[in-house]
Amino acid sequence: MTGEVLAQTRDTERERQAGLRERIACCSVAGCLSAGGGEVRAALEKAVNARGLDGQVEVIGTGCLGLCSQGPLVSSAATRQVYAGVTPEDSAALLDGGAGRFQGRTLGPDHPFYAGQRRLILENSGRVDPERIQDYIAQGGYRALLRAASAMSPAEIVAEVKRSGLRGRGGAGYPAGLKWELVARHPASDRYVVCNADEGDPGAFMNRSVLEGDPHRVLEGMAIAGRAVGARQGYIYARGESPLAIARIRTAIAQAQREGLLGGRIFDSDFQFQIDLRIGAGAYVCGEETALLASIEGRRGQPVPRPPYPPERGLWGCPTLINNVETFANIPAIVERGGAWLAAIGAPASPGTKVFALAGRVARAGLVEVPVGTSLRTIVMDIGGGVPAGCEFKAAQTGGPAGGCIPAAFLDLPMDYDTLPGIGSMMGSGGLIVMDTSTCMVDVARFFMEFCMDESCGKCVPCRAGTVQMHGILRRLTRGEAAASDMSMLEELSRLLKETSLCGLGLAAPNPVLSTLRHFRNEYEAHLAGRCPAGRCSIPVPEPV
Amino acid sequence: MDEIPQTAGAAHDEREQILDRAMARHHNSGDALIEILHTAQQLYGYLPAPLLKKIARRLMLPPSRVLGVATFYHLFRLEPLRKHSAVVCLGTACYEAGGTELLEGLRQHPGSGDWSVASGRCVGSCGLAPIVICDGRAMARVTADKLEARLREDHDRGSTGTDAGH
Amino acid sequence: MSVRTLEVDGRTITALEGQTVFSAAWDSGIRIPRLCHLGGLSEAGACRLCLVEIEGQKKLQPACLTKVAEDMVVNTATPALLAHRRLIVELLLAERNHVCAVCVLNGACELQDLAAQLGVDHVRLRPQYPSLPVDLSHERFGLDHNRCILCTRCVRVCDEVEGAHTWDVAGRGRNSRIISDLGEPWGDSGSCTSCGKCVQVCPTGALFSKGRTVAEMRKDRGFLRYIMTAREKKLWIS
Repeated sequence: MTGEVLAQTRDTERERQAGLRERIACCSVAGCLSAGGGEVRAALEKAVNARGLDGQVEVIGTGCLGLCSQGPLVSSAATRQVYAGVTPEDSAALLDGGAGRFQGRTLGPDHPFYAGQRRLILENSGRVDPERIQDYIAQGGYRALLRAASAMSPAEIVAEVKRSGLRGRGGAGYPAGLKWELVARHPASDRYVVCNADEGDPGAFMNRSVLEGDPHRVLEGMAIAGRAVGARQGYIYARGESPLAIARIRTAIAQAQREGLLGGRIFDSDFQFQIDLRIGAGAYVCGEETALLASIEGRRGQPVPRPPYPPERGLWGCPTLINNVETFANIPAIVERGGAWLAAIGAPASPGTKVFALAGRVARAGLVEVPVGTSLRTIVMDIGGGVPAGCEFKAAQTGGPAGGCIPAAFLDLPMDYDTLPGIGSMMGSGGLIVMDTSTCMVDVARFFMEFCMDESCGKCVPCRAGTVQMHGILRRLTRGEAAASDMSMLEELSRLLKETSLCGLGLAAPNPVLSTLRHFRNEYEAHLAGRCPAGRCSIPVPEPV
Repeated sequence: MDEIPQTAGAAHDEREQILDRAMARHHNSGDALIEILHTAQQLYGYLPAPLLKKIARRLMLPPSRVLGVATFYHLFRLEPLRKHSAVVCLGTACYEAGGTELLEGLRQHPGSGDWSVASGRCVGSCGLAPIVICDGRAMARVTADKLEARLREDHDRGSTGTDAGH
Repeated sequence: MSVRTLEVDGRTITALEGQTVFSAAWDSGIRIPRLCHLGGLSEAGACRLCLVEIEGQKKLQPACLTKVAEDMVVNTATPALLAHRRLIVELLLAERNHVCAVCVLNGACELQDLAAQLGVDHVRLRPQYPSLPVDLSHERFGLDHNRCILCTRCVRVCDEVEGAHTWDVAGRGRNSRIISDLGEPWGDSGSCTSCGKCVQVCPTGALFSKGRTVAEMRKDRGFLRYIMTAREKKLWIS
C-alpha cells in the first residue's frame, strides 16, 4: 500500500459511511456478548433485511461502549446515543425511531458515565468494526505508520515517544521512551517487539477489550515500534482464555498483511515488519516479561533473574522491546499528533489517559477511560455512580493480586503511578474493584494470596512455599483459628517475599496483605478474637462454657 | 508406539496429518512446542502420553520437557473432558458475587456427573458477575437456580454433548 | 583478564573480571550459603539463599548471578540476610517431609548442614505433610520426593553435562515435581543412562544410591568439578 492508496481507502470508506442513513454499532466484546449482544445484533440485521434497508442502514459490531453492567449496549450514529439493556425485541424501535421505548436507558455524551471520561484509547468504540480494516482507516488509522515509515527517522520516533512522557501501562509505569531507546541503541542486528497481552489479573479486562474492539490500533503501534527500534518481527502474546481477542487479532493481522501494512516494503519504504500471534495457555506468571519470553520460546513460563533486562537480552538472546496492549495503543496518536499533545493530558509526571475496568459494588460497572491523575472519587462516585443504594463504600482494590486496597479516606487522591505506591497500592494494569461494608478485607487478602499461591511458578522458594504458608495463616484467620503468633509470622513472611522473591509475582504477592494490614488492621484483630466485622467469614461461635 | 485414542470429530489419520502439517509449518522447531500442544489439544480434546511422545520426537525435544510444559499451563489437559464443561469464574468481581458458592454447588450437584467442573480467572465480563461458562457459552449473573435449570435442561434433553472449551 | 578489587564483609578481596560475587567470595574463604548453585552448572537463581546486600543497590542481589565490579561493597551476612535465610530454610523444611532421623543422607545433607549453621533448631511454620511417593524402580538409584527441594541441580546436570535431559520439572507452584521422561517410573526411562550424576549433585537425600541405610550415604561433592575441569581444561585434578 502507498500513501495515496491509504488516503483513497479512507475517503472511499468515509463517503460510503456518510451515504448511510444510519449505522448501528452493537458492542461486540466479551461483556456485552455474555449479556446476549450477539442475539441483538442478529435480530437487528434480520430486521434491516426484512425492511429492505440494506445499503441505507448498516449494523456493525464495535469495541467496548463502556457500561458493561447494563449491556447489551448499542450505539446509533444517527442519534449519537447509546442504548443500554437492548433486547432483540428492541430492533424495530431502533430502526423505526421509537425513542420513547428507551426511556431511562439512553446514554448521551453528557450522561455522567461518559461526561467524566476522556476517550483516546477507546475513541473508536462505536465507530469502528474491529473486523473491518477500512473502518479503522476511515478514522485515520495507519496514517501514523505512514508518517513513521516515510517521514520520520527511527530516532525521531523514539524522541517523540520520549517527549510524550508516556509510561508503560503494564503496571509499574516505566517510561516507554527510555525502554525504546535502550532497544534502539543496542548494537545487535536482530531485535524483537513483543506486545504483552497476557492480562491475567482477576478483575481486569482493559487490554482484552482494546484488542477485541480496536485491534488495528495495537498492530499499528507495534509496527511503529518496530520501525523505531529496528525490529523486523513482532509477537503478540495473548491469553488463551480470550478466544474472541485471539480471533480478532488473527483477522486483523491477515487484513493488514493483505493490505501491505505488515510485511515487506511497508509504504514503499525499506521497512519490513511481521507480527505473529503466540497464545498463552493459562499461566498468570507469563505476564512477567521474562516468563512471557520463555513462553514464546515454547518453554515453561518461569521467570529468570534480571538483569539482564529484555531490552538488552530478550527473545532468543536478542534485544527485545516489551510493552503492553494499552501502551502500544497510545503510539499511533503520539506519532500523529505529537508527543507534546499527549504530555498535556493527565498528570505532569504521568501523562495520557488510563483505562480502568471498574467492577464490584458500583452502580455502573464497565470500562472507563480517564486522564491519569483523576481522583478515585470521580471514577467511582461520578462515572461509576457510587455504590448501590443501601451499601456503603469501604475500599477500592487496584492492581489486582499485586496491588492494594484504597480506603475511603483516600478517595480524593489522584490515581497515578507515583501517588498510589505511597499508600500501599499501585496502578497496576487497571483493574478497579469497588468494595462495600459487606466485604471482609481479611478474606480479600486471602483471596489474592490463594491466587498467587495457585499461580506461583514454583521456581523460587520464597514464592513457592511462602505463599502457601501465608495463605494458610489467612485461611486460619478467616476461620477464627489463628493465634497471635500467626500475625507476626504473616508480617515476617510478607517481608521475606517482598525482599527475596525472584520475580514480580512473588515480590508483589504480599501487597494485598500489607495494604489491608495498614488500612484495616482492626479487621485482622477482630478475626483473631473470633469475629468477622463484615459477617462474611463463617467463624464458628464458641461453645458456651 | 501406543495407540493414540480416538475421539469423535475428524478421522484419525486426518488429525494426524493436520498435526504433522502444523509441526512442519513451524519447521519442527522446539520453540513452537506450546503452539503445537494447542493444535494437538484442539484436534484430540486432550493430550494423552503417546501424543506427547510423538510431538517430542518430531520436535526433537526431551519427553520430560514436553510433559513439563504441558503440565505447567492450566489450559492443557492430560485427561479427556467429560461430556460437558462448566467453568466458574473466580475473578475478583465474580468471587465477591458468590462464585465460590456456585463452584461448590456444581461440584456437589448429583446431576453433575457428565460435567467437567473447573474454576477460571476473569473472563472479562466483570460487570455481569458472577459468570459461569457452560460448554463455551457465558452465562451472566448466575444464581444457583439458573445453574440448576441449566443442568436439568441437559439432563432432560439427554444431549449427546458438544465440544466444550473455546 | 583484568582484576577487580572489591570489599566483601569488610575484607578487601580481588577477583577476575566476569567472576561472580559468589565465586569471588568463595575463593577468599567467604562461604555464602546456597542450595541451587553448583559450580559447573548453569545458574537458576532460585533458592534465594545467596542473596547479598550490595551498597548503592536497593534490592538484594543473588551472589551466584551478580558479577563483581570495581569498588563494589558487598555484605553477605547482615542480621536481615540471616533472618531471611533462616526463614527460607524453615519454608523448605515445612514444605515436604524432611525427617532427618530416617534419611540415608543424615549427617551429610546440605539442607541439614545449612539449618544447623543458621541455627534453625525448630520450624515455626505449619508443616504441610504432603503425600509424596518414593520411586524405587531404578536398578541402582532411588528418588524420594519427600526430600526434594526442587533446586533442579539434577535437571541441569542431566541436561548440561550428561546430555540426556531425563529429568525436568512438571506441574507448577506447590505442585511442582521432578519427573523423568513422560512421568514414567525412573527405571522405565528410555533416556536415563544410569550415570548417577544427578544422585551426586542432589543436595539432600531425594536422589540416593540404593542399598544404603539411614545416615550411611555420602555424596562425592567434588566429582562435578573433576569432570568439568577435565572436559574443559584437560586437567584431571584429584
